[in-house]
Amino acid sequence: MAKVLMKGNEALGEGAVIAGCRYFFGYPITPQSEVAEYLARRLPQVEGVFLQAESELAAINMVYGGAAAGARVMTGSSGPGISLKQEGISFIAEAELPCVIANISRGGPGLGGIQPAQSDYFQACKGGGHGDYHLMVLAPSSVQEMMDFALLAFDLADKYRTPVMIMSEGMLGQMMEPVEVREPVTEQYAKPWATNGCAGRKPNIVNTLHLGVEELEERNRHLFRKYAEIQAREKRAETMLTKDAELVVVAFGLLSRVVKKAVIEARKKGIKVGLVRPVTLWPFPDEHIRECLETAKMFLSIEINMGQMIEDVRLAVNGQAPVEFYGRIGVVPSPREVEEAIMAAAEKGGLV
Amino acid sequence: MKKVFVKPVSLTGKQWHYCPGCGHGIIHRLVAECMDELDIREKTIGICPVGCGVLAYEYFNCDMLEAAHGRAPAVGTGLKRVLKDRIIFTYQGDGDLASIGMAEIVHAASRGEKISVFFINNTVYGMTGGQMAPTTLLGQVTTTSPYGRDKDREGYPIRIAEMLAPFEGTAYVSRVAINTPANVARAKKAVKKAFETQMQGLGFSLVEILSTCPTNWGMGPVEAMKWLESNMIPYYPLGDLKVKEG
Repeated sequence: MAKVLMKGNEALGEGAVIAGCRYFFGYPITPQSEVAEYLARRLPQVEGVFLQAESELAAINMVYGGAAAGARVMTGSSGPGISLKQEGISFIAEAELPCVIANISRGGPGLGGIQPAQSDYFQACKGGGHGDYHLMVLAPSSVQEMMDFALLAFDLADKYRTPVMIMSEGMLGQMMEPVEVREPVTEQYAKPWATNGCAGRKPNIVNTLHLGVEELEERNRHLFRKYAEIQAREKRAETMLTKDAELVVVAFGLLSRVVKKAVIEARKKGIKVGLVRPVTLWPFPDEHIRECLETAKMFLSIEINMGQMIEDVRLAVNGQAPVEFYGRIGVVPSPREVEEAIMAAAEKGGLV
Repeated sequence: MKKVFVKPVSLTGKQWHYCPGCGHGIIHRLVAECMDELDIREKTIGICPVGCGVLAYEYFNCDMLEAAHGRAPAVGTGLKRVLKDRIIFTYQGDGDLASIGMAEIVHAASRGEKISVFFINNTVYGMTGGQMAPTTLLGQVTTTSPYGRDKDREGYPIRIAEMLAPFEGTAYVSRVAINTPANVARAKKAVKKAFETQMQGLGFSLVEILSTCPTNWGMGPVEAMKWLESNMIPYYPLGDLKVKEG
């Protein structure tokens, strides 16, 4: 099929439509607004509903209702708006409702700025809202993946009855690239738990209240049995030149493409450097990183934040090699800057 | 023998957790009786609040959701937009609806969401132990207005029905009470009318139901009913405020 030139946010929106999503509840925020604007035009064409909610709180709770009704439902936002959604996300995770949440990230804290950032890694991967729970988190690196991961996210959400977050730098939402438009998804998951009227069956209840001591603990254990299954099956990462790598760079998202170029340049200078690009940020692909320990003498986590994913890299490496950090805020570093960071780390590690 | 009184099919029959004399039991029953009479139980989805009504999913014998505090109208919006031919109701207290959930109720009403809201106003936060609500009357003593609600300190009580009735999106808004048998009968009519308004697709419907909280008011059930009559009804007058006909 011929490729179409699309903006990242639009590819994400169209990906949702292709995945069978017919309901989007959102609220405007830069740099996410084109997801909402695209679906405001697109969803009525496929007999879907776009609704601009009065707030991020309302939007995520509309998602809660729509997901409980059994539909494929989505919302999107960016940093400050995702913070507001956390109450609802905690409820949705506990109620085991499938849905997709896009975080077209900007820099923080506070109002921060609309520059590209990966500063919401902790929020996305370490909980975000109250209580013990996880989201599945996908980090696309291209406009094509903005579309493809929408399909993947809805599938994972239904398969595991869990909210899935697509987290991209704001810049990926804003940039344009050629996209191969995918075929519509026809597979449907049975949702016998949906609250859609109890004709011919006992009433269904969607609830997150567990007053009994044993009941609450068992509920948490149930969720974590599911998370263990997700961790066993769904870790995804892309690796490049890691087979003989002495220095392994870990980077995700759009940034990982810049790092690829820098890795190739550093190789030309004789540095045995490779890349692990986590595709799922949760579950974190720790095994892909551990496999590098056969040859790796050190690791370098490169992020557009002050150092968040580096904690997961350190946990994966578990003290068997030093883990260095290079980070920027609100800036996608150039290949040249990343290459310099790689050379500096290599020098520090005695690998030059 | 002719049956003149039965338990509604739309109630599970589980024993209430509510305090003796609490109005929730009466109101649950009215909602359930209307669901039975309109034969809508199997296509109705109810949404519980956070507050004393949080466990309503154990009592209503239909599909039920429990929402975050104040968010029931947003949850109801999500449900109704997907399930256009189903009947959606929220059951919310005064803290849930008129305080933390004010934005959600205002915008659901403004959009004319085709859902029915049963708003239980007993002037206090019940489940958390009798704190001041937006609907607490001037002079009323609660655990967080221990010197009595003062207009200069805590501001004025909010009249939700009067606030929402003028909205273009609202099709039926009424205020009723459950302090006497005659008022209970009127309350049931209003609940039914709210469901019918939704079934006819006319728009948003809300019934504000004045109720009692003997435990947190520090009164017996009978005294509480009298207090409702002499203190609440003068500030929150009863009757239909908006009736859009099909």
